[in-house]
Amino acid sequence: MTDPLLSMKNISKSFGGVPALVHASLEVYPAEVMALVGQNGAGKSTMIKILNGAYARDAGTITFGGVQWTAGSPQQAQRSGISTIFQEINLIGYRSVAENIFLGREPRRGFGLLDWKKMNAEASALLSRFDVRVDVREPLDNFSTAIQQMVAIARAVSFHAKLVIMDEPTSSLDEAEVTVLLRTILQLKADGVAVIFVSHKLDELFQVCDRVTVMRDGRTVTTSNITDMTKLQLVASMLGRDLAEVKKKGATAFKESTGRVGDELLSATNIAIGHRVRDASINIRRGEIVGLAGLLGSGRTETARAIFAADRKSKGNIRFNGSSGNFSSPIEAIAAGMGYCSEDRKAQGIVPGMSVAENLTLALMPSLTRSGMLDETKQRQVVERFIKDIGIKCSGPDQKIRELSGGNQQKVLLARWLCMNPKLLILDEPTRGIDVGAKAEIQSLIRKLANDGLGVLMISSELEEIVEGASRVFVLREGRTVAEFDHRDISESEVMHAMAQGAEADVGPKLGVETRG
Amino acid sequence: MVDRALFFQRFGVAIAAVLLILFNLAFTPNFATSQTLAVNLSQICTIVIVGVGMTLVIATGGIDLSVGSLMAIAGALSPMFFTGALFPLPSLSIGITIGIIIPVVVAGIFGLFNGWLITSFKIQPIIATLVLFIAGRGIAQVSTNGDLQVFKVPEFQAIAIGRVLGVPFQVWIMLAIVSISAFVLHRTVFGKQVLAVGGNEEAARLSGIPVRRIKLLVYMICGMCSGVAGLMVIAMNSAADANLIGLGMELDAIAAVVVGGTLLAGGRATIVGTLLGALVIQLVRYTLLANGVPDPAALVVKAGLIVLAVWLQRQEQT
Repeated sequence: MTDPLLSMKNISKSFGGVPALVHASLEVYPAEVMALVGQNGAGKSTMIKILNGAYARDAGTITFGGVQWTAGSPQQAQRSGISTIFQEINLIGYRSVAENIFLGREPRRGFGLLDWKKMNAEASALLSRFDVRVDVREPLDNFSTAIQQMVAIARAVSFHAKLVIMDEPTSSLDEAEVTVLLRTILQLKADGVAVIFVSHKLDELFQVCDRVTVMRDGRTVTTSNITDMTKLQLVASMLGRDLAEVKKKGATAFKESTGRVGDELLSATNIAIGHRVRDASINIRRGEIVGLAGLLGSGRTETARAIFAADRKSKGNIRFNGSSGNFSSPIEAIAAGMGYCSEDRKAQGIVPGMSVAENLTLALMPSLTRSGMLDETKQRQVVERFIKDIGIKCSGPDQKIRELSGGNQQKVLLARWLCMNPKLLILDEPTRGIDVGAKAEIQSLIRKLANDGLGVLMISSELEEIVEGASRVFVLREGRTVAEFDHRDISESEVMHAMAQGAEADVGPKLGVETRG
Repeated sequence: MVDRALFFQRFGVAIAAVLLILFNLAFTPNFATSQTLAVNLSQICTIVIVGVGMTLVIATGGIDLSVGSLMAIAGALSPMFFTGALFPLPSLSIGITIGIIIPVVVAGIFGLFNGWLITSFKIQPIIATLVLFIAGRGIAQVSTNGDLQVFKVPEFQAIAIGRVLGVPFQVWIMLAIVSISAFVLHRTVFGKQVLAVGGNEEAARLSGIPVRRIKLLVYMICGMCSGVAGLMVIAMNSAADANLIGLGMELDAIAAVVVGGTLLAGGRATIVGTLLGALVIQLVRYTLLANGVPDPAALVVKAGLIVLAVWLQRQEQT
């Protein structure tokens, strides 16, 4: 076998004392498509950013093309033959396709004038290699996301890239566009270019990749030929599960439900949101914790946000509490008795500069008024009751929420909804990034609330949380509900199986590509 | 270090105001006279009133560049009513009433227009309010044919230069606006929601706060404050010149807000701080002038104050 084109060995990186990469290693051979997979926070992005020079590594060695190598910046990496194509296209929309491809190194005639003829001809030639035939003089914005991706790839190739990194390039493309993109990857491979392909869509990986490297908790845990792995093994490796492992009892603080499950509280049928969610259906009864499982990019969060009317759905019908639940804004959803804790506590949950009291009563405040003024006595009573009841550790209601630990911030956010007496609580990753003690407390609190009759929709990437906490589980895969499990049927392996393959075991159509000399 | 920066950001402007007053009491002749007090307070009245509206806008994470132009619109409209230029007046007091209410309402509607651009089209506030920054003064000039309107109506001009307890009436108006808005910002649900929108807009939206309505309201209030300030300028000058009313006001108001300790990124705001900020900027200028430093040099010191305030803000964010 030839020497590897790229070899990253024992790469470590911490951010403010928190390790993001721990002795991670990655090897890519010429003309190879390498899949890089892992859950959120597994370290894929950090790995890529160290490779292309956006971050500096703390430790480890990189050799590229046989020599020791450190990129000072993404621009330098690009000149040396490593191009990165991000999910968000970082080109200039109002400039022409050709200008974008040659941005920063436009062909010139004398006197510093641009050689438009040459530029347009070369751009057309480049794009036609990927079967893209467009008028390269038109602004980039006139074209679809897929074409824009192609332009980004053409730009990368025109730098004589030896290695192209693609970070979730297909997440906003429709099926036909994805096919075109995957064919482009195979074309790159045929031209001798190596590709690192990051995607959460397993079908795509199996269609174009030669090998796969799985990351988990900042480490590279598995590298293998992709044909040697099943989808199920891949998912198990990402989640850190042994397939033979029997279900452990008591890995979480969830106890058996002691409440009674009531009548139907919410039913969402055939929900669709753009390309992200195509056909998701779930239902929740009173007093029930319903788990929503799926890999990253399966549409879990999007579905939850559509139910709460935080985003608009393009199709589907929702019934809530006996009447229509097709709300047009969170304000209506809240008024009807819903609450939603987002997965991103910092960006969408807390108001960092405000106090515990203000954060806790953010939704309740309008009903805490006396002739338009905020009734601070009433506010204090509510806040102090919840601080005591659910054990929020803070110096008092006036402490700034940003000074609290993650677990206590999460408790404040839970209390923000609990003080509203909701009927349904949607919890997106309720225990992510929280220490073990607070995690257990939050889990027992969720169980207690459900026992008291609250309906809970819980999204979690931690399988044990889903398996032990939920009375029923819905599994989403690529925006579709592919499985539903009742309590007695829930097992980690069954859920994983559904996340990986869904009901029908399908392998995508093989893509044809012509090899060029 | 961060704690100390935070302390100065919160109380620095008050300390600076006290130090400046003590310095002047000791070294500037005739400082402790009601005349000097009245002059200094009158100088900052319009800046503070516009600054109150600006503080609310900045508290939501926005900015309003159109305030000076809205002052010009209100100032140009008003004389048409109370001088009877548009229609004969049943009585002077009715004319003055209309001449106060309509310009302020019109300025409020233009403010609402700013908010509408920002919320409906997701245009950045600095761009959206640039529209009226440019067009607003044009509207004011067109509505007066570019003429200077000179008038002598003491009953109207009392809103600026009349005195109550020896203090100019405009100072009382300023103090009233400052106390009411400080109360609204810190004691009402609306005020808390304004700060929540500026502190984390997405969290506010997901908590059921009517983000759009809040933004519309703050830009409307800012427009109305500008309208009031515009009336004061013409009352003081006994003339309305659409070319000059409120010229450069947006920057003076923003400077007062920033020096006062309101966070430019939104989420934390202080109305009293804005009052003190305007006072400190004015006192620095007065102190330098009274002690023989030329005005251009005083401008450099003013710029230095703003740099200092922004630097203090950055200490907290990092």
